[in-house]
Amino acid sequence: MPASPRPASAPRRASVAAVVALGGGLGALARHAATLPQQTGALPWTVLAVNTLGCALIGVLMVAVTETWDAHPLLRPFLGVGVLGGFTTFSAYAADVHTLLGQGRPAVAALYLAGTVAAALAAVWAGTALARRVLPGPRPGGRERP
Amino acid sequence: MSWLLVFAGGAAGAAARYLLDTAVRARARTPFPWGTLAVNVLGSAVLGVLTGLTAHGGVPEAVRLTLGTGFCGALTTYSTFSYETLMLAESGRRRTAAANVLLSVVAGVGALLGAAALAGP
Repeated sequence: MPASPRPASAPRRASVAAVVALGGGLGALARHAATLPQQTGALPWTVLAVNTLGCALIGVLMVAVTETWDAHPLLRPFLGVGVLGGFTTFSAYAADVHTLLGQGRPAVAALYLAGTVAAALAAVWAGTALARRVLPGPRPGGRERP
Repeated sequence: MSWLLVFAGGAAGAAARYLLDTAVRARARTPFPWGTLAVNVLGSAVLGVLTGLTAHGGVPEAVRLTLGTGFCGALTTYSTFSYETLMLAESGRRRTAAANVLLSVVAGVGALLGAAALAGP
């Protein structure tokens, strides 16, 4: 996801990288706090919940900043690329698959593999749909394509 | 202390993701989100190496928190991956969206499994 619609100049790129770093640190901390309680269940629910929640929130955020608000130019990189990018994770998801396979549970691993994809896509779709319904109408300029 | 390590690793990982994604985007001007795919595969491979080395024992907790939970966790992303997939589908590029999902899962999870096997005991 681009941090902004247009390619950034060098000084702007530096300030964007700084807010992305701050947001990423905070997002990673929130994920760490969520995963602190030891998991004993059949599925790695925490990472699944973190990724699903993060996908729903990015849907809401992107509708808000690209279709509704004239947000501060650093808000989207801070919240979207930083906080939510740092909160959600692909590597821990892949590591969970590795763990489940190592436990000799290939069927659970396959279910988790596909289930996370389905939950994430459903969440981001629901987040955008909800935001478009609840937030005020589109501002001039309309929606942005990636 | 562990919180500080996760924060520092997460900050570095997210900044690296932004810079790498921007660099990839500048070179590959296609609708396919190569940048996000690249960071997800890279971060999963690094975590795979760490996972393999941890199986040997002797990887300090501080390294796992900083590099694994913080850096790799924040270098990779599920939210951007899913949002970009949705945007591809909404713009009518359904096959590209499906290819993005398939390639990300196969390459990302494959990178972790492969790296863990290579680095493991």
